[in-house]
Amino acid sequence: MKITFPHMGNMYLPAKAMFDDLGVETVLPPKNSKKTLEIGTKYSPELICLPMKINLGNYIESIEKGADTIVVTGSCGPCRFGYFAEVEKEILKDLGHNVEFVVLEAPDGNIKELYNRISKIANTKNMMKIAKGLKGGIGVLKRIDKFEETVLKLRPYEKNKGEMDKVYKSLIKNLENSEGSQAMIKLINQAQKCIEEIPIEKNRDILKVGIVGEIYTIIENFANIDIGKKLNELGVEVHKSHTTSGWVLEHLFYNSIGSTREKDIRNAAKPYVKTMVGGHGRETIGNTILYAKDGYDGVIQVMPFTCMPEIVAMSLLPQVQNEYHIPIMTLIIDEMTGEAGYVTRLEAYIDLLRNRREKYKNEKMLSWR
Amino acid sequence: MRIGIPRGLFYYYYYPLWTKFFEMLGAEVVVSKKTNKQIVDSGVKCTVDDACLPVKVYHGHVVDLKDQVDFIFVPKIMSIYKNEYICPKFCGLPEMIKSSIKDLPPMIDTTIDFHKSKKKLLKTVYEIGKHITKDKEKINFAFEESLKQHKAYTEHMKNGILPIDIDGNKIFQYINPYKYKQKILLLGHPYNIYDDYLSMNIIEKLRKNNLHVMTQDTFDTKIINEKAATMDKKMFWSFGRKVLGAALYAMEQEDIQGIIYLSSFGCGIDSVIADIIERRTRRNSNKPFILLTLDEHTGEAGIDTRIEAFVDMIKWREKNENYISTHGQYVSTR
Repeated sequence: MKITFPHMGNMYLPAKAMFDDLGVETVLPPKNSKKTLEIGTKYSPELICLPMKINLGNYIESIEKGADTIVVTGSCGPCRFGYFAEVEKEILKDLGHNVEFVVLEAPDGNIKELYNRISKIANTKNMMKIAKGLKGGIGVLKRIDKFEETVLKLRPYEKNKGEMDKVYKSLIKNLENSEGSQAMIKLINQAQKCIEEIPIEKNRDILKVGIVGEIYTIIENFANIDIGKKLNELGVEVHKSHTTSGWVLEHLFYNSIGSTREKDIRNAAKPYVKTMVGGHGRETIGNTILYAKDGYDGVIQVMPFTCMPEIVAMSLLPQVQNEYHIPIMTLIIDEMTGEAGYVTRLEAYIDLLRNRREKYKNEKMLSWR
Repeated sequence: MRIGIPRGLFYYYYYPLWTKFFEMLGAEVVVSKKTNKQIVDSGVKCTVDDACLPVKVYHGHVVDLKDQVDFIFVPKIMSIYKNEYICPKFCGLPEMIKSSIKDLPPMIDTTIDFHKSKKKLLKTVYEIGKHITKDKEKINFAFEESLKQHKAYTEHMKNGILPIDIDGNKIFQYINPYKYKQKILLLGHPYNIYDDYLSMNIIEKLRKNNLHVMTQDTFDTKIINEKAATMDKKMFWSFGRKVLGAALYAMEQEDIQGIIYLSSFGCGIDSVIADIIERRTRRNSNKPFILLTLDEHTGEAGIDTRIEAFVDMIKWREKNENYISTHGQYVSTR
């Protein structure tokens, strides 16, 4: 059994750590590239969203490297993500690839089946061993998410440009070459310390922007054309509203015990969306409001073309923009998105935010509209 | 009291139920005009570009109604069967309407959510009815009567009489399913295929070519459910389950000559379902399949051409069924 899984940000590292700990062989898909997307786009339905196209590209590239089992998490709607695996099965079958899909979810609430699936990929029925592997993986995941959050926050302040990128790059390289969660945690802890000690200039005039929207396009830097770094370079501190660890903890733990850590977000969204609308549509509204209340200068919504929940959110955002006086920009991404046009829009948007802040400072303007 | 019902989205499934219910409670029901260019245009104007055509058109219908009624009925339909959903855009519909259309009359936007169970059905009905009367007995009675109406309506559909053949409660066009030998399956969301403006009269066009048009609603529910359950994973969109089940069943039926899928651009559900159906049809049967995609820019001529070509192919196949080439080669129409 050679297991593979799709790319989503740095998720491949903790996943690798977990399977290393469990002693299961993995095949890492090559890093997301134009080729990945091209392959995925070629074989996917035309109007499916970008995440599935990239995922499919990952699978096909992994299969070429020898993978025979694909592991993904599941969900049961109403967003399309829950049916990705079924479509992908059909496509891979038509292409003549013989692979097995293991979807980590409890079909119709059947926990025993979920346990079967987990023990299948973990190659053991020993719950203790599985729990230990999972714990190690989540330990790596949490730390790497925190590391990335710190970079997005501090990078615009660094005294000598490029220092943080250097640490980041060498960390990823070291992690890729290491094995097991213990070794990885040690490396990340070192890098975290290192990055916090890099000299910064705290008094720079830096803007603050929050990123909301569809989780895959927020987390996967190939899909969002590295929006975090681009904004950092324009002198903007960035906070992303979704992290992989947040998703994993929310969906694997809190929801399964009937709890949630997203109460604040839901309450904030309530005047605009009463109920869930699938995906992260409600969270997009809630997080935008929380960012506005936190004094952020702007909010950017990132979503794949034709994303159903985000279209609902997108229709409601103009109202939030008016009532909370915070400029919101929506970036829709698909395989046709070009980097230059995208950067131009970011620059124009940041210019707007900067002008707005200047005017506030000079009290020339009572309202930004 | 005047209650406005927009003629869009689930209108084509539930209007006999909704209108009868409100009328029994003593309200006057105003249905928006049939979809026309003006309605499409006004809908397109007030929604975001990325919304799908049916949602845009629905907005247009709300605009058409807003100045002539006391209440607009825009239920927040999240789930109508256990463990199933409707599209996410339905879940956010009342909110989308409220934020994109100004000066609306009050809305009856009761949440209809039977995802966990149907236990709350009566509570939901009271919540809708309480806008008109507080008398629970009366609401109960009205609901029971309207259910009868609804059952009769779905029964008609099972007999091949489609919503476009029914005006109010009257059937003005009786279609005899045995008259035409050749059958064709037309799949698609009810708001695409039954809206004669949006679908550019596709049903009429096919019938004019002596084809008997079936849709996902003309099949027996039990068959559909059985077929849909053969998927590895439960199809969690109620609409998707219906279409998928109907398609899987039709693939095995000799007398169904072809499958047409009418979709709207940007429809998330169709991007998944239509692809699975197309792959399965090509893999498991030799029936022709065609996917027609609509949006506000679609021209009728383009659609006509494709329908004609499709119909020609079916007729041609029928004619040459017993033709054996002198070259010893089978004439493939695929």
